[in-house]
Formats: sequence, C-alpha cells, structure tokens
Amino acid sequence: MKRFIDTMENKRVRTGKHFMMGNVACAEGATAGGCEFAAGYPITPASEIGHTLAKRLLEVGGYFFQTEDEISAICAAIGASWTGKKVFVPTSGPGISLMLENIGFAVGIETPVVLANVQRGGPTTGAPSMGLQGDMIQPRRGSHGDYEIIALCPSSPQEMFDHTVRAFNLAERYRTPVFVMADAFIGHMREEVTIPEPDKLELTYRRILKKGADPSTVKVFLDEEVAPMPIFGMGFKTHVTSSCHDEHGNRNLIDPTALDNFIQRLRNKILKHRDEIVQVEYDYDGCEVALVAYGAIARCAKEAVRVARSKGLNVGYFRVITAWPFPDREIQDLSHKVKKILVLENNSGQYYPYVKAEAAGRAEVEFLPPQILGQVHSLDYVVQKIEEMLR
Amino acid sequence: MSSVEHPLRKYLRPSVEATTFCPGCGDGTVLASILKAIDELGMTMDDFVFVSGIGCAAWIISPNFNADVLHTTHGRPIAFATGIKLNLPEKKVMVVSGDGDLTAIGGNHLIHAARRNIEMVVICVNNGIYGMTGGQVAPTTPREARTITTPHGSLENTFDIARMVQASGASYVARWTAYQPRQLTKSIKKAIQKKGFAFVEVISQCPVQFGAKTGAGSAVEMLETYRERSISVKKAAEMNVKEVEDRIVVGEFINTVKPELCEEVAALKERVRRNA
Repeated sequence: MKRFIDTMENKRVRTGKHFMMGNVACAEGATAGGCEFAAGYPITPASEIGHTLAKRLLEVGGYFFQTEDEISAICAAIGASWTGKKVFVPTSGPGISLMLENIGFAVGIETPVVLANVQRGGPTTGAPSMGLQGDMIQPRRGSHGDYEIIALCPSSPQEMFDHTVRAFNLAERYRTPVFVMADAFIGHMREEVTIPEPDKLELTYRRILKKGADPSTVKVFLDEEVAPMPIFGMGFKTHVTSSCHDEHGNRNLIDPTALDNFIQRLRNKILKHRDEIVQVEYDYDGCEVALVAYGAIARCAKEAVRVARSKGLNVGYFRVITAWPFPDREIQDLSHKVKKILVLENNSGQYYPYVKAEAAGRAEVEFLPPQILGQVHSLDYVVQKIEEMLR
Repeated sequence: MSSVEHPLRKYLRPSVEATTFCPGCGDGTVLASILKAIDELGMTMDDFVFVSGIGCAAWIISPNFNADVLHTTHGRPIAFATGIKLNLPEKKVMVVSGDGDLTAIGGNHLIHAARRNIEMVVICVNNGIYGMTGGQVAPTTPREARTITTPHGSLENTFDIARMVQASGASYVARWTAYQPRQLTKSIKKAIQKKGFAFVEVISQCPVQFGAKTGAGSAVEMLETYRERSISVKKAAEMNVKEVEDRIVVGEFINTVKPELCEEVAALKERVRRNA
C-alpha cells in the first residue's frame, strides 16, 4: 500500500523541461501543488486546464468533477475542501461571474480553494478566445460585502505552473480563496516550462484541528493568525454557517459588534500577512519614468523598457505579481523614486485608479491601453509614449 | 427542576435552548422525524454530515443538530453536499432544506444530483411558500392561491416535486405530510439506508405565512386538510387525473437499485491504478 502511494505521489510532479501550453502548465501546477479534487464546467479559453486535470488527477488518486454549471463547481469544491482536500476550480470570467456569491461564502467560512480565471474578452459572452485583462477588480470586489482576497498574475506558462503551486500554498496557509488571474494569451501561449524535482517544491498544508478538540471551546474561525480547520468527518461536530458568526461558528444576526468582528477579523487575516503575500518585481532605480504592468502586458512593458533604454531613455519597470492584496507600500516606494508612472493594461484602466490613488501627490500617473483592446501593446507605440513622457 | 431529558435531546447541540420556528410550524415534526430515524437505526451523529441552504427548513439542522453541519448559500446545498460525499464517501450526507431553496433557485442541482444517483438523503420541506422572507409565491404554491406577491392569486402551475425527482433518476423517492410523522420516519430510515440518491418530500404547514396569506387557516386546520386530502400512490394510480387533482399523493414513488456515483468513481480510480 505504501509503495502504491509513493508511485501515485511521484506521478504528481512531471519533473523536467517541457514545451507546454499555459493552461496545461496551470493544471500541472495544481497537480504538483497537491490538488486532490477539481470541479469545473466547459469554458473557453480555460477548458484545457480541465482536460488535463481529468486525466492527471485520476493518475494520482484524485478526481475532476464536471458539474452542471459553474455555481455547482465552486460549491462542490468548497464542500470537498471541508473534507480536508486541496481543491481547484479553473474557469474564465463568465464562470467567475456565476461563482461570485459562493466565493464570498468561501471567504466567510474560511475555506482554502484555488480558482484560475483565464480572462477573455467581455462584457457578457464577448470574445471567448481573445485575451483581455477585463476582470481585475472582480475577484477583489465582485462578491457582495466587505472582504479581502488574494490574486496572482502569471506572465508566462512557467508562471502558470509556479503561481498555481503558490496559490495552493497561500490558500492552505490562510484558509481563503486564491485567484490565478491569467488571460487567453498566457493560457494558450506555449513556451518552455521547467518543472522541478518533487523535493524542490515547497508545499503548504492547512492546519487541521487536533482530534478530540471541541470547536465550541477553541477558536476555529475568525483568528487573524488563521485558526485550525475543523474539517468534516473527524467527529468535531462543527457548525459552519454562511451567516455572521463568532470564533466557534455560532450564528449571531442581532449584534453589530459581531458583524464588525466577522468582517474585520477576516480582512485582517489577509492584511496582517500582506508582506508574506505581496510580490512585485521592479527595476527603476534612478529612473524618471516607470512602467507598471502585470500578466501578459508585463511582457510588453519589459520589452519596451529594454528597447527604450537601448535608445538612452531613462525608464524603469515595475511588475505587479500579486494584484490583491494591493501592493500599496511598493507603489508608494515607486512613487517616491520616479516622477512619472505609466500603467499599461489590456483593458480600459481597471488597476490604474488604484495605482494613481496610491501615488497621489508624489508621482504623475498616466494610463496606456493597447491601440486595440484584446490585442497586446505594440512595441513602437509604448516606446513612443515613453519618449513623450520624457520630453 | 425535572431531570428527565427528552430521548432525542442528546442529538441536539448542547448550546441550543430553543428553535427559531414559529408556533404551529411543521419543521419541528420534520426535525423529530429525522432524529427518530437516526435513533431507530442505531446510528450516531458522527455517521453524518448535514447540509442545508437558506430558509426556515434550513434551520432545522443549523445550528440544532450536534453534528458536522454546513449551512450554505441559497439553493446550493446539494452542490456542496455532492463535493462532500465524493470526498467522504464513508459518511452519510443529508440535505435538509425547503421547496424554494431546492426546487426554485436550486432546481438545477436537484435534478442533476438525482440523475447522477449520488448517494445522499435530501429532505425537502414543502410548505408551498417563502416563509422566512414574508410569504411570497413559490413554484409549489397552488394555482390561484393568494400570496404577498400574488395578491390576485397565482397564475402559475406547481411542481410535482416527488415525480420530478423520480423522473430525474433518483433511487428512492417518497412523499408524506407533516400529519404522517410515523410513515415519514420510516421513509427517512429507508432513505438513509439507500445506496443512491434518496429524496423525501414533506408537505408541511406554515400557518404564519401560507395559512394566513392563502386562507388555509391555522396549523390544526392545515393538518386536518392534509389528513382529508392524502391518498396513497397505489390508490391514486387507480383513479383518473381529475379525481386526483386536489389530493396529496403520499407514499413511496420509487425504491430501486442502480449504479451509484461514488462507487463508480471508486471503481474507476481502482481501474486507473491497476493499469498504471
């Protein structure tokens, strides 16, 4: 039996160098990250993640469950997570729109769950196979109520693997939903992906309540340091409710201080640990102008900076890797060092107002969409804009 | 103070001192019937995971049952229960919720769970109205009945829930009213033991909303109506459609054996493992 488990576990990590599609790398990241149950509904441009997981999860003793709709997918995954499993829900924007109520539920009852949004052209059905960074605020503000979320922005198939593994670690660490915010460009891009040896992968597993402990006397919710999870099937007799509740899961619908506690503790659980969560990449020392970008567009920004510098232009680069929680301090630092900031996004300026607000009074912030939404920024167009800003 | 304890008290959460049900509500009868079924089967609360949605009936188990309880979002308990059961197949998973939750907003999950024949017990407390939110029309409200959102009477047809679930592929389907708690308990016991999707519909009185809004009257009057109108599945089959129209058809609609999803998944995993 032991030998069998080892064989199954070895199959989790496809160590080696691969020429791999972003969506496939995402599925491999989930498998390597310990995913045991994934649920989804067919949707372009994310379907390849489900296709890969349908085969891969069975090879490691897990299961990909195709549901009747996206609402059912997120619900089944949350239910599975409460049995102690690592769970994954890959989809695209329309799927997230359907799931939003229950993503808020996962936040409220502190459930580890990883979601991938391979963003496509919207609003509405839009253009399914075109990439757009059109859903950047959705994970942060889409579900009703007041809450914090974690969202990562991969820029390559390699990062589809790396960020998905990290998303599982963050979800387990903080008992919360974590988004991998890709888009059709990254999802369908094929590049070299290096998957490390299994022992080189650092994996996190949630804290589970000690057997025999009583959730009515120990904290199992609303701990800013993250309470151990009283998972089902172990005799804890846990009461888990979507209603406003206290540290033990007792419903309280009449006391505003209970609501305040419910909201603040959940928010602080993420915000207090923002230094462990927020990642950015930058190279702007001594620069007058810096480009800010994330995901697929960060590739355009990086190349534009390289070309502009070769022309002698004093321009720097700042890549948002963790979109949420917002990298406020990092943007503040940037705004102290440069005079002008140019935010590049493949949308009409979703992340831009947050950057502008954070840099207010220190640096001038401008926004640059691509010439045509749904395409990436062309090199000359960005370099020309940099020249204008430095004039 | 008397030291005598109700024989079912041991199944309730120690912190629970009262239920949230209105006077005359049928939810208490359903609560007792479920616990009695578990008691008579000699099972413990640790054998179960209970899941509910939103509405009065969802509060039958939450927070009352001293067990693993997941109180979820509106309409989705079966979807959550499916994820739980697929990953904890050794436990019994029971969904308890209302007709609005399970057949209106959550109707899609109900028919698909029945189609998959995943082992789980779903108890649908059908009071024919939205009680918690103030007496709005439901897919189960009788035609022409006046509710707060149909002041001139409902124009719509009603779901025959038990038959819908049967047609969707369930292994076990029964319907009783709150006037028949013994038969209800017996059916819940069968549902718990069923290897497959098991559904029990309970027509239940809501005197505060349904009774007052539609003119059906008090709890006692509604229970008397259930007694007068109830007719067995067998008897109904011998009558013509017109004769059955105003009756409540009660009893077992189906009790059969067919492949169950969790067992199929386990067998598939085993097959893949052997071929590895």
